[in-house]
Amino acid sequence: MKHLLSTRDLTPGDAIGILDTAEEMAAVNDREVRKLPALRGRTVVNLFFEDSTRTRISFEAAAKRLSADVINFAAKGSSVSKGESLKDTAQTLEAIGADAVVIRHSAAGAPHRLAVTDWIQAAVVNAGDGTHEHPTQALLDAFTLRRHLARVAGTPSAGADLAGAHVVIVGDILHSRVARSNVWLLTTLGARVTLVAPPTLLPIGVEHWPCAVSYDLDAALDQAPDAVMMLRVQAERMNASYFPSTAEYSRLWGLGDERFDRFDTPAFKDTVILHPGPMVRGLEISSTAADSDRSQVLRQVANGVSVRMAVLYLLMSAKESAR
Amino acid sequence: MATAAADNGASRTAAPAQNALSGRVVLSAADIDRALTRIAHEILEANKGPQDLVLLGIPRRGFPLAVRLARKLAAADPSIAAEQIVGQLDITMFRDDLSRQPTRPPSPTRLPAQGIDDKVVVLVDDVLYSGRTIRAALDALVDLGRPRIVRLAVLVDRGHRELPIRADHVGKNLPTSAAEKVRVRLAETDGPADASFLEDHVAIESPAGAETEERTR
Repeated sequence: MKHLLSTRDLTPGDAIGILDTAEEMAAVNDREVRKLPALRGRTVVNLFFEDSTRTRISFEAAAKRLSADVINFAAKGSSVSKGESLKDTAQTLEAIGADAVVIRHSAAGAPHRLAVTDWIQAAVVNAGDGTHEHPTQALLDAFTLRRHLARVAGTPSAGADLAGAHVVIVGDILHSRVARSNVWLLTTLGARVTLVAPPTLLPIGVEHWPCAVSYDLDAALDQAPDAVMMLRVQAERMNASYFPSTAEYSRLWGLGDERFDRFDTPAFKDTVILHPGPMVRGLEISSTAADSDRSQVLRQVANGVSVRMAVLYLLMSAKESAR
Repeated sequence: MATAAADNGASRTAAPAQNALSGRVVLSAADIDRALTRIAHEILEANKGPQDLVLLGIPRRGFPLAVRLARKLAAADPSIAAEQIVGQLDITMFRDDLSRQPTRPPSPTRLPAQGIDDKVVVLVDDVLYSGRTIRAALDALVDLGRPRIVRLAVLVDRGHRELPIRADHVGKNLPTSAAEKVRVRLAETDGPADASFLEDHVAIESPAGAETEERTR
């Protein structure tokens, strides 16, 4: 594996390998000395053309725990605002000596462009490109879910896939790179995925994705899924009105208090709530649901560091010549 | 000369007792068991008893050896509970050749519940060669705690050290040439995966022709 651009390229073996490595990285995060020397002397550049809190910090923490040097780049306040192209920016970073480039860009395919051209030699990690993919988020969701299922079943999580699990992903599928990456990864790992959204927030061609699609959240919840993933309504990407009002969206597709009360029934005993963050409380999820012990949001953030450590380690530990 | 070497090798691999175990077997299952029994007693003797002993095996084959040693210690001294003194120490991330090798997935590190602070830690590995694995293990150990003493037990010491490291307890000193490979096969790690596995053994594999040359030297 040279780059991580999409969860679609991952075989079940690749994906389980990343999750198992993340499992060992998580053990390091519980130790007194939370640092490994594996990437000493290597440089990771966080190339963020779009705003991000947790993804950038998570990648930074992951790289530092592996002893790599980290250079953070934000498009705001850089020469990008003077009109510098992606190619020139990337080549500048390469000249500084980047061994891996973690890139977030508003244009789908920007990481792919960096990876397939001869602009740079560094390993490329996609940290979210437009409305296309966000593979490390899907990996950390799968990691969180796999640990939860193992805890419920009382079996070790290492080596396991997600066979038999059912995940409902609710919300703004149209603009969500997290939903896309999760659909490919979770189905690769053997899970069943149901997407729930208003018809206006589903992308064209969704019927060809390997998942079920529903407009009715209550009907999807009738199946008592193992996990419910709530997505944020990405107002910043919306150039038209996709639903009449936020109150209506919240009532029909939000996890409000009333709908969350259904989780008290025995069928939902082991159902968890996932959210990739940032949450908009009161719109797609109520505070009661977000702060309940079913919510895995903070676990997801913690697991994100382990998963990103695994990805950086697997992509960077061997130099080009040894691969 | 060249033909003689080839004949030699051919007749050896054709020997009926060794059809599944290519190479020259230098330690049989019984030899390995005897060596571990002796090492267990040496560990107790050097430590003047069972106090504070912790055995940490280095994956992959050091760990089953550590488990076997712990059982032998428990058999020799009833105050020892074998499963409470044995652990596994992964050194993948601490290797100095990480960037030159294809990526290796790490193995779990499991310490005994008592931890390693102020303990007498005996590192256990199958083959001691350049000493670089043990250097990595010492680095890994530092990040986990501060043992009072660190000792080293190996099944085979084949020489060719590249670092100032020596073993405290050795199953067998095995002079080898750098071109040869020492192959350790244990039931715990190799039994399930390898259909041709018959029983525990240590063998020396030589590249074609090099073996005779080495021995006549």
